Amino acid sequence: MSPLTKLYGERTEEEKYEYFMERIEAGEKIEADDWMPDEYRMALIKLISMHAISEIMGALPEKEWVPKAPTIHRKLGIMAKVQDEMGHGQLLLRVAEDLMKPYGKTRENIMEDLFSGKLKFHNVFHMEAPTWADAGIIAWLVDGAAIITQTNMLNASYGPYSRALHRICAEEVFHAQHGESIVLALAEGSKQQREMLQDALIRWWPSLLMFFGPKSAATTGSSKQDITIKYKIRTKTNEELRQDFLTKYVPRIRSLGLTIPDETLRYDEENKKWIYKEPDWNEFKKIIKNQGPKSMERLTLRRIAYDNNRWVREALQ
Amino acid sequence: MTSVKNALEARQNKEYVSALTELLFQLADDDFILAFRGSEWLGLAPHIEEDVAFSSITQNMMGHAFMYYQLLEQLGEGTVDELAHERSGKKRKNAIMLEKVNGLGTYLQSPKFDWAFTVVRHYFYDVNKKIKLDCLQDCSYEPLKHAAINIRKEQYYHLVHWETWFKQLVKAGGEAKTRMMVAVEKVWNEFDDVLSLGPRGEVMANYQLIDREDVIRQTFMNTIGDVFENLELGPLPKLKEMKKSGRIGEHTEDLEKALATLTEVYKKEPSSSW
Ligand SMILES: [Fe+2]
Ligand SMILES: [Fe+2]
Repeated sequence: MSPLTKLYGERTEEEKYEYFMERIEAGEKIEADDWMPDEYRMALIKLISMHAISEIMGALPEKEWVPKAPTIHRKLGIMAKVQDEMGHGQLLLRVAEDLMKPYGKTRENIMEDLFSGKLKFHNVFHMEAPTWADAGIIAWLVDGAAIITQTNMLNASYGPYSRALHRICAEEVFHAQHGESIVLALAEGSKQQREMLQDALIRWWPSLLMFFGPKSAATTGSSKQDITIKYKIRTKTNEELRQDFLTKYVPRIRSLGLTIPDETLRYDEENKKWIYKEPDWNEFKKIIKNQGPKSMERLTLRRIAYDNNRWVREALQ
Repeated sequence: MTSVKNALEARQNKEYVSALTELLFQLADDDFILAFRGSEWLGLAPHIEEDVAFSSITQNMMGHAFMYYQLLEQLGEGTVDELAHERSGKKRKNAIMLEKVNGLGTYLQSPKFDWAFTVVRHYFYDVNKKIKLDCLQDCSYEPLKHAAINIRKEQYYHLVHWETWFKQLVKAGGEAKTRMMVAVEKVWNEFDDVLSLGPRGEVMANYQLIDREDVIRQTFMNTIGDVFENLELGPLPKLKEMKKSGRIGEHTEDLEKALATLTEVYKKEPSSSW
């Protein structure tokens, strides 16, 4: 009798795994209540809770500019954008919570893991955003980079994540447009405004390259890209995504008259790929260990808000 | 009083236009400054669902301020962003209670904001805002009447939102109720000028721009009185008289700091486009 015609309950773990992989290979979607190998579940929990918490922590650098945005229109625009990011966090936390159920864990555990440093948030959100132009660069290029990585996972084998990403990506497009509009106004503005913009680009460039993660585990000692590709959660490698980003944005950035802070940056026609100066991966390792310029400050801010409102959450229970 | 169709018509009567602008500044500045306080909460609310909901309320409120400033712009008072970002504290007509900080710290540093205070302030404010919007449905100035019709549709949900929070936290008892009662007292002590229409209130009423202040006050006291009774909070205390009034441009240090923050980028180059 072939394993597939056996009653599901009678299957051995290996047979279940085999069937699971067949479904993955066939492009089927795995749902929350389906059997899945621990490795898959763990990889998803890690990926999705990190994504969720990055949306929430990612709101913080821009949030600094919400009350200060220069016009009422900009105030409304950036507020709506940050609100979306919180909404993404909320949506993803629910997906992660479903996956964590068998382990008896909840959202509270995710927050605790964030505060203890066990759960990482995305490297870009550890950086400073000292001017209004940073808010523009973040929305334009960080969200632009996010669109590229998230589009890569739109067809993720895990159904609930794939569906959440469809919603998220649709909104990210508006974020990038909102960012582009801020950037354009500055690029076409006064000398002071253009300088502010150029400085912000210089500040963000290395982080944008790091955004996609190291080329391989050899660079930084760890990379989860292999597992996520094996289980068809994503398709392209970190480096392929970075190349896509450069292809899409380098010409746009240059057309605004901005200078990218990398003299070696060029497109190699022969090998059809971008040559660029590697960002400092040691810095990256530090950043993801919460030793980036703003890591502690932002974590503290979140923790204060969390502790400060504990009485409210308790009253609601 | 026959209705006044547009800015051009309004400007034919000096007294009318001055009462109208006065009212519009109060409405706009109230929504604007409280929306600013709301925007400081972004990312710091008790839970993520509330962050999303509160932010959409804040955007609506700032949108309402925008509409009122637009009416002022049509009356020749300056552009929307000049009105929102260039007027000094002395020119602002918002009630003092609405400019008060959210709590200890700032939104950037050690924000120990007071959720109970925020719920009470927003709830009481929205009860009164609804009463005013109801009056404005009969406003003699047509553009304001139309704006008020649109604003009232959105504002309904704000009122429900804050009412739900208010009742829930009071009914929760324990620490939550204690904190809520402290907040009620704090808000109540300085709520008088939220209910005030300022020295030109009577002229506004005479021109049928809005109801008389005493009528609005009475409706407000009745509404809140019922809420107190239902929640068994005892009789409504008398409102305290205030030493200062935002309606005549008297404000606190809190407003000055708020203005410095919200105009920080704009003031770098007021003439530039951002
Ligand atoms: Fe997002
Ligand atoms: Fe985004």
